[in-house]
Amino acid sequence: MDIFLQQIINGLVLGSIYALVALGYTMVYGILGLINFAHGEVVMVGALVAYSIMTALLPTGMPPVLLALLALLVAAPVCMGLAWAIERYAYRPLRHAPKLAPLISAIGVSILLQNLAMMIWGRSYHSFPDILPAITYDINGAHISLLQVVTIALAALTMAVLAWLIQRTSLGQAMRATAENPAIAELMGIPVNRIITLTFIIGAALAALAGLMVGANYSVAHYYMGFMLGLKAFTAAVLGGIGNITGAMLGGLLLGLIESLGAGYIADLTGGFLGSHYQDIFAFLVLIGVLVFRPGGLMGERVSERA
Amino acid sequence: MKMAGRFLARLRNPNGSSMHWVAWVVLGVLLATMPWIIGASFGNTWLRILNFALLYVMLALGLNIVVGFAGLLDMGYIAFYAVGAYLWALLASPQFGLHWPLWAILPLGAAVAGLFGVLLGAPTLKLRGDYLAIVTLGFGEIIRIFLNNLNAPVNITNGPQGISAIDPVHFGSVSLARPIDLGFTTLPSLVAYYYLFLVAALLIIAIALRLESSRVGRAWAAIREDEVAAKACGINTRNVKLLAFAMGATFGGVAGGLFAGFQQFVSPESFGLLESVMVLCMVVLGGMGHIPGVILGALLLTLLPEFFRHIAAPLQQSLFGKVFVDPESLRMLLFGLALVLVMRYRPSGLWPSPQRRREIDDVLNTDAPADLPVNPT
Repeated sequence: MDIFLQQIINGLVLGSIYALVALGYTMVYGILGLINFAHGEVVMVGALVAYSIMTALLPTGMPPVLLALLALLVAAPVCMGLAWAIERYAYRPLRHAPKLAPLISAIGVSILLQNLAMMIWGRSYHSFPDILPAITYDINGAHISLLQVVTIALAALTMAVLAWLIQRTSLGQAMRATAENPAIAELMGIPVNRIITLTFIIGAALAALAGLMVGANYSVAHYYMGFMLGLKAFTAAVLGGIGNITGAMLGGLLLGLIESLGAGYIADLTGGFLGSHYQDIFAFLVLIGVLVFRPGGLMGERVSERA
Repeated sequence: MKMAGRFLARLRNPNGSSMHWVAWVVLGVLLATMPWIIGASFGNTWLRILNFALLYVMLALGLNIVVGFAGLLDMGYIAFYAVGAYLWALLASPQFGLHWPLWAILPLGAAVAGLFGVLLGAPTLKLRGDYLAIVTLGFGEIIRIFLNNLNAPVNITNGPQGISAIDPVHFGSVSLARPIDLGFTTLPSLVAYYYLFLVAALLIIAIALRLESSRVGRAWAAIREDEVAAKACGINTRNVKLLAFAMGATFGGVAGGLFAGFQQFVSPESFGLLESVMVLCMVVLGGMGHIPGVILGALLLTLLPEFFRHIAAPLQQSLFGKVFVDPESLRMLLFGLALVLVMRYRPSGLWPSPQRRREIDDVLNTDAPADLPVNPT
């Protein structure tokens, strides 16, 4: 039983990070119908910038929490600027091009950012300093650390703020209108291009936070970390129903739970034939399963026939 | 270089759609003498690169059937290459003590890869566009993860170490891994492989050209342009789409088998997502659906980065006195940049078919305000 509970806790931590990244995918897809392949790399840049700031300021003897806050304050604007540039130079000129063009362009940006990061930070894995004291709580035999509690709480808070932003503010209303129909939204006086840019920027801010969380929880940052993370977050977005904000949050949490429970029990289920190193397969199996049986995702409408 | 320029001028012969016979002869002589010239002037490294370029031509043509002809965006294509390569590796290596001959493995590899193509195609028939891209990408990753981990509890693929000491391509007792004595001259191993790959690539080009103008090829084009209309015209879209996946996969399987025989070593590392992306980029950058364009794309994307890798470090050395940037990552950096720029300025590819060029230029030159996104529905 405690293993089950432990995997649930691990799954929630992983899931809240997926959810934060998935929001970036889903918001952009909702408005542009574009898979922003480079979003995972934005997370990676966020994590690595945060790492650099923290290691640079570590000798000053500042409390680690303040350090993490400062790192986030630098990483978030860097990611936002990056996302702005990506949207402006790699996607916007291609809005009328055939569907494949922005996708290839996004892959190009992704490769570009990975290699830039490799040039700046090198090929090695960078381990994060400890942000919070290593306190663990005991629940029915399962352990949850302070860092994990804070991660889950912070992700929940951020998502609540985002939900408020989208449902209750005029900016959110403009975003929803643009997602519904950009041409009509423009006629209603909404500056569609600025809304699109803002969507990218908000997604990037969430990505920076997610990057810091990945670094803090799994204590590694690496130039290649964005790819798999991005792919899984995208899976989470599809699972929840792409374009749907609540769906992305739900999908992220679910995927995190599926992965950690799956990795914990796959050996028992297959009689030891498949081990926990097959963890990465679950995301793809879920993805294929969702798209085949319920292409709209859990909370989305039917979209599979879109060309 | 001068010869190449003259040849290209012939290709552009404006008043005839087919090439002059002189151009064919020049092309034939060029292809036949290429390995000797390159081997003599640039050495074996470039001869190997040339051989890989031919393998990529085969792969790109295979993917072109799925993406270019039928309009199905497949991002896990390298999985079929992996299937072909691993099948060869398992059936002709000390791994299981099997040493099957070429004529048994290659058709089997093609068939098994084709079967995998259908396996991938069947559940994804309803999906289109981006969704198909992501599912196929996931499929490719699943194959790679299995290859990486199927070493325990039963050792099949030997895990991340891969399979080594694979039998080279051989015809009877004549092995292509050693220089072949022809009586009047000896054929170096790399040159022999070049001719084998050239023959295979030419065969695949011929099949692709015939497919394009066949009944099935026209059905693919119809599905690509408008699936609903194609169905209304009586095309069995399910079978025709599955056939596209199977045909494309078959080409990949053959190329994979040849790769395993040539390299004599396979490991999951060679079949990552980046390879799939690379092949897709060859097709898209060259000009989707246009066979000469796809061949050009494959050659450019294999040769240019290598060329760049070989000049980047010496150039930095002579300009600044030391190597600032690792040439390997600089190469990939420029590759990414090139993808973005080509899509920005030539979304139909470098050498598209005239028809496609017109269509895309039409889309891009509409009077619609450029800042409004196209409504996705």
